[in-house]
This record gives sequence, C-alpha cells and structure tokens, in this order.
Amino acid sequence: MGLEDLQHNFLTGKMEDLVKWARRNSVWPATFGLACCAIEMMSVGAADFDISRLGMEVFRASPRQADLMIVAGRVSQKMAPVLRQVYDQMMEPKWVISMGVCASTGGMFNNYAIVQGVDQIVPVDVYAPGCPPSPETLLHAILTLHEKIRTGEITHRAGSTVPAGEQATGGWVPTVPDAVRVATPR
Amino acid sequence: MSNAGSETGAGAQAGALLAVLPEVPRLPDRSVVQLAFPHRERYAEMVQAFRDAGFETCADLCAVDYLTHPGRSLPDGVKAERFEVVVNLLSLSMRQRVRIRVQVPEGDPVVSSLVDIYSGTEAMEREAFDMMGIIFEGHPDLTRILMPEDWEGHPLRKDYGVGRVPVQFKEAPGPR
Amino acid sequence: MSEHDEDTEATDTEPDTEAEGARTVGTSRHLAEAAALNAETSEGAQELMDRSSTGAGELRREVGAVLRLPEGNFVNPDDIDIERRDDDTMIINMGPQHPSTHGVLRLMLELDGETVLRTKPIIGYLHTGMEKTGEELTYVQGATNVTRMDYLSPLTNELVFSLATEALLGVELPPRAVWIRMLMAELQRVSSHLMWMATNGMDLGSTSMMIYGFREREMVLSFFEKTTGLRMNHNYIRPGGVAADLPDGWQDDVDVICDTVMARTFEYDELLTGQPIFRERTEAVGNLTAEEALALSVTGPILRSTGVPWDLRRTMPYLDYDKLDFDVIVGTYGDNFDRYSIRLNEIRESIKMIRQIADRMPVGDYRVQDRKVTPPPRARIDESMEALIHHFKIFTEGFRVPEGEVYVAIESPRGELGCYMVSDGTSKPYRMHIRGPSFVNLQALPVLLRGGLMADAVAIISSVDPVMGEVDR
Repeated sequence: MGLEDLQHNFLTGKMEDLVKWARRNSVWPATFGLACCAIEMMSVGAADFDISRLGMEVFRASPRQADLMIVAGRVSQKMAPVLRQVYDQMMEPKWVISMGVCASTGGMFNNYAIVQGVDQIVPVDVYAPGCPPSPETLLHAILTLHEKIRTGEITHRAGSTVPAGEQATGGWVPTVPDAVRVATPR
Repeated sequence: MSNAGSETGAGAQAGALLAVLPEVPRLPDRSVVQLAFPHRERYAEMVQAFRDAGFETCADLCAVDYLTHPGRSLPDGVKAERFEVVVNLLSLSMRQRVRIRVQVPEGDPVVSSLVDIYSGTEAMEREAFDMMGIIFEGHPDLTRILMPEDWEGHPLRKDYGVGRVPVQFKEAPGPR
Repeated sequence: MSEHDEDTEATDTEPDTEAEGARTVGTSRHLAEAAALNAETSEGAQELMDRSSTGAGELRREVGAVLRLPEGNFVNPDDIDIERRDDDTMIINMGPQHPSTHGVLRLMLELDGETVLRTKPIIGYLHTGMEKTGEELTYVQGATNVTRMDYLSPLTNELVFSLATEALLGVELPPRAVWIRMLMAELQRVSSHLMWMATNGMDLGSTSMMIYGFREREMVLSFFEKTTGLRMNHNYIRPGGVAADLPDGWQDDVDVICDTVMARTFEYDELLTGQPIFRERTEAVGNLTAEEALALSVTGPILRSTGVPWDLRRTMPYLDYDKLDFDVIVGTYGDNFDRYSIRLNEIRESIKMIRQIADRMPVGDYRVQDRKVTPPPRARIDESMEALIHHFKIFTEGFRVPEGEVYVAIESPRGELGCYMVSDGTSKPYRMHIRGPSFVNLQALPVLLRGGLMADAVAIISSVDPVMGEVDR
C-alpha cells in the first residue's frame, strides 16, 4: 500500500501536519562539507549562529541516519560519483541544500575540473548563494527548507513535478507552491 | 623584500654556490636566488651536488609549458624547449634558495626523478606528470594524483582548453 | 543499489515540455547517466595491493608509501613485517566523505587489527583547476582565485600572490601597506590556529573546544568583515597594497581581540593541556624525526615540532617581520602534543606581534601610488578623465607585468606557502604555481601513521592540519 495512496481529506489533515512538524523540526544534516563553505557550515553549527535551536546540530557522518545533505563547496569531477553514492544511501525523506555558488552553478570556476552545479547530479531543494554564504544566509536557506517541508506534500518526491495523488496536468503545471517567505504568519 | 644576512656573507655563499658544478650555465645572480640551467643528462647530478653542498630540502618542483610564451631569457648554451621542470631548493643552514631549471623537449618529455635524492618530491612529480605529462624516470609510482585515474590529457598544457561551459551573456572569451 | 526507476528522474530537474505527460522523456539517457554516476569510484593503480601481490621491493618502498630516506638511514627490512599473510591484514578505505578527514581526503589503510601498517593518501577530490584559472584571470583578479585555495587562511594566499606579482613588477610598497598586511596575516594566523584547535579538539573528543575555538574565531572574523567586507575569501590583499584602509576605531577592536584571545588561551590550557586523557592521546603519537621531515620537504609547525627552528618570518623575513620582536616556537619530540603546543603558543606569539603592530602602525598610503597598478580612488573618477581611463584599463585589461619568473615564499599557518610565477609581459600570469604546504605535508602522513592505532590515525591527520583546498588546488 504505502504512503503513495494516501488520501487527502479532513481526517488526515492534522496527522499530516504532525508528520510535517516532526520532520522539519529535527532535520539532521549529513556532513558533506567540501571546501570553504564547509567552514561557514561549521560556524553555523557553532555557538554564534547556533543551529541547535533548530534541532540540527547533530551532523551525522553516516548518510543512513541523515535527512539533509548540505552540499557545501565545489564538486570536482572526481568527487561527483561519491556525491551521488552518498545521496543514494540516504533514506527518504531527504532534502538537499546546495550551499554556495560553486555547488549551485559552478561558481567562479567555470572549467574542466568542476561540475557546474550539483543539480546535475542530485535534485536540489534550496539553493543558498554566496561565496561563501554567510551563516545568516545558510540559516535562511534552512528555514526556507523548513517552510518547504511545512507546506509541501507529505509524499513529495524530490525532482518530480506532478504530485502523487493528483491528476496529471501535462507535467508542467507546478504544484501547490512551496512557501518561500520565512515570515509567513501562522 | 628584505632578507636577513650581511652583504659579505651572501656574497661568499653565492660564490660557493657558483662553484658547484661551475660548468653548468647560470643566469646572473638576482637578489639571493641563483638560477642554474643544467642539461637534462646532468640534472640529477646537479641536484645531488647541491644537496651535498648543504641544501637539505626541496621546497618545490613544478613544470612550465612554454608553448605560447613570446620568449624567455636563457643563458648562452641553453637550448629552449617546450617544457621546463623547475626545482626550488632550500638550505636551512645557509638560509639560501637556489632554482634549477631543466629544459624538457616536447617529443621526449622524460627527465630523471629526484625521489632518491629528496623523498618529498614524490607527490610534486606526480602532479607535474598529471598536469603536464612529463615523465619522471625512476619514480616509483607515476600515476595521476589530482585528476581521476582515467582522465585523458594533461590539463595545464597550453593546448588543453580551460573547458568553460558557455554561460548566457558570457559567450565572449577573455577576461571576465 | 539504486532502487527504482524514479531515481532516474532525480537527475532530471527541469520539466520536459516536449510532449503531453512527458515525465519520462529521455529515460534511457538518464539511466545511462545515473549508471555512470553510480559507478564505483575505481582508482585503479591508486589501490593498495594485497601483500601477496606485491614483491618485497615494492613492500619496502611502500613503507611510508614510497619513502626513501637519505643514505645511511635505510629502513631495516626486518622492520617491515613482510612475512605477514594477507589474512592477517585488512585494507580499508577511509573517506573521502568522513567526519574527520578534514575535507575530502581519502586514505587507504592497511590494518592489522587496530594497528595501521601501510597508508596511501589519495587526493584530488577537490581539484578545481585553480592554476589553469589563474592563467585566465588578470593580476588584479588573481587574488580572488588564489584566496580560495587555503580557505582557512585566505589572506596568506593573497599575500603570497601579491608579493610574487610585486616582485615581478618591481614596485616598492608604502610602509602602511606593509604593516596592514602584517596585521592581517597575523590575525589570520590566530584565526587559523583557533580553527585548528577547534577541529583537533573535536577529533579527540572535546566538543567544548570546538565551540570555544569558533567563538574566538568569530571575533576575528567580524573584524575582518569590518575591514575587508567579507568573513572569508576576502580579496583584500592585492598587488600594490591592500584594497581599503583600516576602519576608524580599529585599534580598539584589535585590543579587544588580543585581550580576549590571550586570556582564553589560558582557559584552553586548563581544558586540554594539563588534562591527562589529552596528554595520553597526544604524547608519543605520530612521531617524526628531523631527518625524515627534511627529506619529505615538510615545513611549518610539523617541522618545528621535530626540533628544527625554521620559521620564514625569522630566517628569511618578508614584509617587515625583522622589525618585530617575537619568538619561534620549537618542539622536541615531533609528536602530536608538540604540534598542539606549538600552535597554541603561536597564537600567543601572534597576539604579541599584533599588539606591536597596532602600536607602531605607520601612517600613509595603504597602496602604492603607481597609477598603472593601483586604481584611483572612486571619488576622483568623477573629476578626472585620466583617473577614469586608468580605472577602466586596470579593471578590464589589467596592468602589464614585465617578463620574468620569481618564486616567493611566506610562512602560512601550515608551512611554507610559495608562489612560482612566470610572466610574459601581458596582463595575465603565464604560469602561476602555488606550492601548497599541506600538499607536501601530506607526504608525511604514511610515516606518521605507521605502527599507530586507528584512533591515533584520526588524531594524527588532524595534527598535520591539511586543508584540501590547497592540497588539490
């Protein structure tokens, strides 16, 4: 049966809210710090820009125990298969934040050695620009991700454009838009 | 940049260094660095001679591809080739540096390895091989170090493109 | 391992609009791509061979993964335990994604139980082609490229690049520029060593040290942000001087940093230096002798920990370091504890130097007043046509550097950071090679790890302080 057949109705609404609340309040990141952005990611984990208040200070080394992969840094050609392998080892639900311009688009290194954006390899949920993004930017990205989890479908498959359980609309109509403004009043 | 050491001290040391294999061509002294240009065959011998003269460690070994260079200054008797292997040696006791530049031809890019003399050149020579394609004879493990194992080509050569991906509104080459 | 077909869509982020319900356009292409990406990372010749398939000569070479000691110091063959059978040892892979490899370092380890025998570091997972990029950027832009190599001390990368360019240009810097650079370099050393203490403490289990180290580092980074505009990768030290003058009130900021960090180093002494578990874990672990260090071209705190008092700021001074009064910290045994205390005391020495620099900072220009090299102040562009033209030329074409070659080396927190630059008379370097200290120091890793325990391996890697950005460039 599985969650794909989940019906949305007034009975399941509260349950879905509970599941999404649980998911977004303890997103555990996998350590995937590659370069300079990794240092800013560590700063976010440290005391001044604490992500422990968001429940995320446990950076899991094992991808099996992680929900979120923050790709922090430039991905070289040699590293790309490793990235994909780690992403595959993570279990659903999983999200990816592409931190920094090198991870998002290749950044200032438009050459033979750097993959021009990790979205060539893994589906990305949130892009955080900056070189490196300051910790506040990364926190904004994380909170955006929380909003996305809060308003998204419970069975939203990363990378698919048509939500499960809805009529196919030709594949190009976007789903219920994910809220991107952090200050959305509750 | 200032350098510690009295004038006479530096002069005496420079004179002593000139006495190491004096037949090898050199360029006139520039500040405190001597430049020696041994021929390929005498390259390892020169490095060993400098080691015996008190250069305990090899600071750096790299390769340069002079394919598109307009023209560099070389002393008489040195034939310019496409590649150059540049070795920077450091003497802690004399507080001196010395630079050795060997010309390596394109058709036969082989030069002897310095791993027997300075163990620390192992990784540096692998990088020169990986990036420029210069083969170091006698190196125990000459494989690619920075690029993936199955990469083809030597990226730092001048005839190897940068590999830019065209970006919207940035098609024009040149400084960005 | 890849479970279901929907994974192939994961590689396709854009909705295809070619046909109705076109979710699965190009599936076979995506399958092939996913298969290629999921392929095992096979390193071929990089793998450590089983003992049975390597001869005695190869095994002897593999002690320290190809270490040849100078004559008279050959490794005793009996020391290499050639007789161990394959069943006794296990070859495992550590990294490149691992919490304690300090970046993307991959190690192939041969273990006998918990003891590490052979090690082979495999690098290249962060190779960015920076030396090639350096040939495509002008000298003005070069600092932005170089600064991202050693990302824990970006200002030192910029410094060595600028010094090399200025040596080729033949310009003389005004004193204030030199002293601002020294101030920045020493602050950078403080922040880099604090970061090292944080990660080293974390690797040894002390998470409090991680938090403390980052807390102090934030103070330094906020000063950097005030002066240069960025917390990291500043692009502040440029050929010709520095990009901007120090802000008003910088002396008070620097005083606060000095006082706080100095007082906190004594807290670290309480937390770590005297603590028995820390001492047991770091003393006599990862020993290196001076001959091995010099043979392997190791520099920096590792070389000083073996007893060799070599610090480029003292022995071959650059900038105005010969006018400052500081001590060079030297160890005795070449073990982890020596490297730890060298770095801790280097923080204290740097604070001492920063105080002297703050007292004696000269007034004047912060960049050389050569119009061909230094862009004019922004306000003058409105007034003077010449200034506008110079600004335009410098930022589009760049300034030309006469033909020549130079090797400049400075003392970065990791060791001798060198820049070998060849210029051809145009506005871009012909060849820019950076001698990264971590690249060379990693060659010491097999020697350091041999005979130790697996847990010590983590501590030793941490004490070598590799930064993969400058290893791979």
